[in-house]
Amino acid sequence: MFGLPADWSLEVPERYFTLESYDGGVARWCPGCGDFAVLSAVQRICRDEQIPPEKLAMISGIGCSSRFPHYMHAYGFHGLHGRALPVACGVKARRPDLHVWVTTGDGDCCSIGAGHWLHAARYNMDMVVMVFDNSIYGLTKKQTSPTTPLGVGTNTHPDGAFLPPLDVAQTTLGFPNVSFVARTVDWNPLHLAATLEAAYRHKGTSFVHILQRCPTYTPNVFDELRQNPDHTLLLTHPDGVAADEAVRRMYKNQLEHDPSDYGGAHRLADRREKLAIGLLYRNPSAPRLDSFSIRGLDLTREQRTAALERELDRFAV
Amino acid sequence: MTPTTTAPTPAGARTRTSVGERIVEIVSDSGEGAQKAGQTFGTVCAKLGNGVWTVEIIPAEIKPPARSRAGASGIRVRFASREVTNRGERADLVVAFNEQVLYGRIDSGAYGPGTVVLLESKWAEDPQEEIRALYAEALADLRRLGLEVFELPMERACLEVVPDARVGKNMFVVGMLCEIFGRDLDKALEEVATVFRRKGEKVVASNQELLRRGAAFAAEQVPFAWEVPAHAIEGERLVMNGNQALGLGILAAGIETVAMYPITPATSVSHYLGRALPAVGGFLHQAEDEIAAIGFAIGASWAGKTAATITSGPGLALKTEFLGLAVMAEVPLVLIDVQRGGPSTGLPTKVEQGDLLAALYGATGDAPKIVIAPATIEECFHFVVLARRLAEEFRGPVVVLTDANLATGVAPIPRPKLDPTWFAPPLDQGPWPEGVAPYDWDLATGLSPRAIPGQRGGEYVLTGLAHTRNAKVAYDPRSNQEGCEMRSRKLAALATTLVPPVPHGADSGELLVVGWGSTLGAIEEAVDDLRREGRSVASLHLRFLSPLEPGLAEIFARFEKVMTVEINYSDAPDLPGIGPENRRRAQLALLLRERLLVDVDCWSAVRGQPFGPGEIAEAVRARLGAASSDRRGAA
Repeated sequence: MFGLPADWSLEVPERYFTLESYDGGVARWCPGCGDFAVLSAVQRICRDEQIPPEKLAMISGIGCSSRFPHYMHAYGFHGLHGRALPVACGVKARRPDLHVWVTTGDGDCCSIGAGHWLHAARYNMDMVVMVFDNSIYGLTKKQTSPTTPLGVGTNTHPDGAFLPPLDVAQTTLGFPNVSFVARTVDWNPLHLAATLEAAYRHKGTSFVHILQRCPTYTPNVFDELRQNPDHTLLLTHPDGVAADEAVRRMYKNQLEHDPSDYGGAHRLADRREKLAIGLLYRNPSAPRLDSFSIRGLDLTREQRTAALERELDRFAV
Repeated sequence: MTPTTTAPTPAGARTRTSVGERIVEIVSDSGEGAQKAGQTFGTVCAKLGNGVWTVEIIPAEIKPPARSRAGASGIRVRFASREVTNRGERADLVVAFNEQVLYGRIDSGAYGPGTVVLLESKWAEDPQEEIRALYAEALADLRRLGLEVFELPMERACLEVVPDARVGKNMFVVGMLCEIFGRDLDKALEEVATVFRRKGEKVVASNQELLRRGAAFAAEQVPFAWEVPAHAIEGERLVMNGNQALGLGILAAGIETVAMYPITPATSVSHYLGRALPAVGGFLHQAEDEIAAIGFAIGASWAGKTAATITSGPGLALKTEFLGLAVMAEVPLVLIDVQRGGPSTGLPTKVEQGDLLAALYGATGDAPKIVIAPATIEECFHFVVLARRLAEEFRGPVVVLTDANLATGVAPIPRPKLDPTWFAPPLDQGPWPEGVAPYDWDLATGLSPRAIPGQRGGEYVLTGLAHTRNAKVAYDPRSNQEGCEMRSRKLAALATTLVPPVPHGADSGELLVVGWGSTLGAIEEAVDDLRREGRSVASLHLRFLSPLEPGLAEIFARFEKVMTVEINYSDAPDLPGIGPENRRRAQLALLLRERLLVDVDCWSAVRGQPFGPGEIAEAVRARLGAASSDRRGAA
């Protein structure tokens, strides 16, 4: 038919994945938690991209958001507090075929795991890192996190934190060899999905700073942003996050920001004026550690054995 | 043991005395190449068919001040007409580039009456009066202590060949030693060519010339000569230190990913692997910290082939939480701990066997894991291969405990005959059998097959939380109990596959010395010496610390007294305020007492030095005396 070999036209996908293919059971976050929106968005991307569930490696640390892997039908690693990134890098090192998604929170990533945060950015291995920022420790019940705004009382600082918070996206931008930093909000599912989609497509470590509501402990921290879209600045650009028409209609403040503009990204990441959402920075040519770590995967057993004999020879007397 | 030292024959009447073994040290300031000289000479001896053991003498600082008493940098080479397994006792011959570095060695008991010292003499004519005075004073001290000192202008002779003696003295010394011990100079010249090949022809030629000059110098200036005949060896030999053996073991085991963070004395494994691991298709990851290193290795293991992480005491402490996760979530992992002195930063460059209990019990909760300890350089190689297989078959971490003594000790070992089954099998990416749970624990053994990401149908979420066999988080009363039972049962299952160890020396008797790790050679040599004295002593060396090898109770019952010899701290029984109830015992002793309900005694020390057979024999004699008098008292 049409000059094509007959068997081509008969090719039907052997497996087709639906949203249910990625469903790992009923998620048990608090009602109204922003994590649900992220879970749906990730499942949708997996479906759209038709990623076989066995090729997904969902890695997390400890905290509310780190329960994420349990709610996906995929291979998951729900490890230690703060240590999702080293595990994810180890997974990716010799398994270029696996799609690695990391779920971490503002306490997990920016406090106990802060050292790994910097270095994972520098290693720039191909994975998506979703930083769920609800500005509070939820699982341990309302302690100040590094992103808790001034004036928000917590169980450890009833009168509010002593020091101003750090911003996840802004801090990440300062790390050497960082290749992708985006920011989005859980209450705008379209923008959230588009941002995660861009992160997934980027080859390198894609940090996505997700402002995420905690209905139990910080129900009001994002009220101003949610109630008045004028406090938000939507970043647009052909190389950036593809903003849907509905998203564009929601935010009157828009700026075309070239994600290759590193200086501009730094200025826009500053939240004191407006919350910029979208792709802040992207450098597709930043070196990736996984391009080195996979070397030698193609060696045959015979080649390995021969190399090993040569190693023994070096010590021969 | 060491044959009686023949007094050096007077100059002019050089006869070559044949001896069974010699211990030679080269000591200098840091950076004068003494270690390279010793390794080169040791390799020549090994090539000529001697048993050899070399021990590096390493100062804690990179560049301690010149001529400092504590800054001795150097090497000991013990070689013999038989296998050598330990450092031995006092040195027979010392080549020293200055007199001050000798003090530190004397303090640690390395030299004594009869030790011959070939001492650089230039300091006697130093322009600084203070140095001249120190030199004269030291000379008097050395002679008063009974050391036989020959002052030699070694540096002046080197300067005839090279402009800076610091970069040439060491090969000059190799030449001297070759002459003193009647070594085939051609073999040594060949070795020099190998050592300096990378630095180019000119450097090789200059060092070869230094070697020849050194030999001629010794023939002229050194009034004695020895011969240590070779012994018959079969098969090909490799010369390496314990850390290189660990590195080669990693390659031979098919471990493709190694993650580490720099720490003494473990790091030289990664120096070796930095080049060698990529050569066999693997990847060495220098992580941002110790925690990330084990996390990376666990991630790599979980996603495929068992990975390894290499560390030392403080690093083990940092890795503890992840080690607990590997136990809980049953992730295969090889963790190598090259032990150094502790606690805390302790003695970074010195030996200790102080991490046994930390390895066994460091994690919170119940975290049963396999712990093995190679006793020789050869075992350093084979135990890594073993560790990888155990990690996979028993689905969990395996801790390999070596120490600074094995790490830097160099000896010839038989060339391993590579076995294709040593390599990790190819990654299983076939579909996961339907209906098999991610932790499909066999009730008899606790073992379960492991799904690897990429296996269709095997999807599960690994968690450090209490979980069911379906990997579901479970806080119910039964699940955690079951999980703990299953993980513990794996050790019991492994123990049933082990064979009882065989005592060295005798099957029964008055005293059994029990050791583990690098002390094997020294303990067995001590036992041999004691038995020659007519003492009823034997020794037993344990390789498996968790689970323990079987049959120990039965072996112990055949001896009147059992004591461990360990390089970790214990209260000596005669210390003030110490009694049977509050005495803190050495780590293996504690373990054996708990497990076997036998009154296991111990002798241990933490001086940062490997044990020599002499001090072990002395300790045993003291305990035997006590045991004998106890018996007399009872009778």
